[in-house]
Amino acid sequence: MNCKKCHTKAVIGLPRHNAAFCKVCFNAFVREQVARAIKGERMFAPQDRILVAVSGGKDSLALWDILLKLGYKADALYVDLGIGGYSATSRKKAVQFAETVGASHQATLLTHTVQEEEGAGIRELAMLIHRPTCSACGTIKRYQFNRAAIAHHYDVMATGHNLDDEAARLLGNVLHWQEEYLDKQSPSLPASVEGFAKKVKPLYRLSEREVAAYAVLNRIDYIVEECPMAKGSKMLLYKEVLNRLETESPGTKQAFYCGFLEKQAKAQPAAASMAEKDQASLRPCSTCGQPTTAETCSYCKMMARAKTGSPR
Amino acid sequence: MKVQLSHPERLVEVKGPKRVKELLRDLNLVAEAHLVIRRDELVTEDEFLKDDDAVEIRPVISGGS
Repeated sequence: MNCKKCHTKAVIGLPRHNAAFCKVCFNAFVREQVARAIKGERMFAPQDRILVAVSGGKDSLALWDILLKLGYKADALYVDLGIGGYSATSRKKAVQFAETVGASHQATLLTHTVQEEEGAGIRELAMLIHRPTCSACGTIKRYQFNRAAIAHHYDVMATGHNLDDEAARLLGNVLHWQEEYLDKQSPSLPASVEGFAKKVKPLYRLSEREVAAYAVLNRIDYIVEECPMAKGSKMLLYKEVLNRLETESPGTKQAFYCGFLEKQAKAQPAAASMAEKDQASLRPCSTCGQPTTAETCSYCKMMARAKTGSPR
Repeated sequence: MKVQLSHPERLVEVKGPKRVKELLRDLNLVAEAHLVIRRDELVTEDEFLKDDDAVEIRPVISGGS
């Protein structure tokens, strides 16, 4: 298999693009896809300060690497969830990346330790409040990333969600007709109200395999081990199903998610309508001040329940 | 050849030579969810793996909730 562009030996085949690339041309392809996502979805401008949410995994470290190499000003935040050896290893990977690649681009890594602020690790917190670990984890991460972005005056918060993440989430939402969640599936969510940071997903045009290949080819040392809490999760099942379809019929994931985005864009000017909806429904949390649809935000409710140890 | 697998981590012996594509099919692994790595380098699906090769088949899928 030879590179489609320079005809030297290829290192990866991309059936959905009917292409294969050598390392140099693949890196150029990846950066081009990310640059296209940033421009097309008006994610941020060259002078903007970006906060990347990093986990020590391939997607977030690859995203940080790509943004720095594209010349953006990107710092990162790592949230230590307190999942025993898994968190210790992932933290080490994030710190190592920050000390090498990050430091060479004058980028810094902020850290938040759940055990210190929330008083227990994510597994214990989830048990205390009788909620699935992944759901409690999502609430804490969303809250802390948003809080850090606002507190440190970043213009935008970027996450490493890739095409597989978005297609799997869309499949889950469609299977259960959770139409109210579809608005939030845009790769660029505006800072609709005060207290909410703008959130973007610059990797949404790249498949999970492409992002992993970028990490391997560029010697990014990431945690390969799967989070022990994610075992048996629905997201993994949806991804598995989509990848079976993708192998048989290349381009399925892209057609599904990007087709959805096109239809959504035609149906309504998403950013404006979402901002309007948010402004009408959100108000400051009575405890912490972050925007919420209820009197108290889900993070503060969760922490209050964890303190009393009661399930509701 | 020696094949390193993950989730759970294990080492299996597979008779070569064999194309990467055939190796994945024999192990019932979906190409879109894996990368095949030989001596720190990615190998494409059409490539032949020799009997004395050592490869890692790395899953690329992650994610909770």
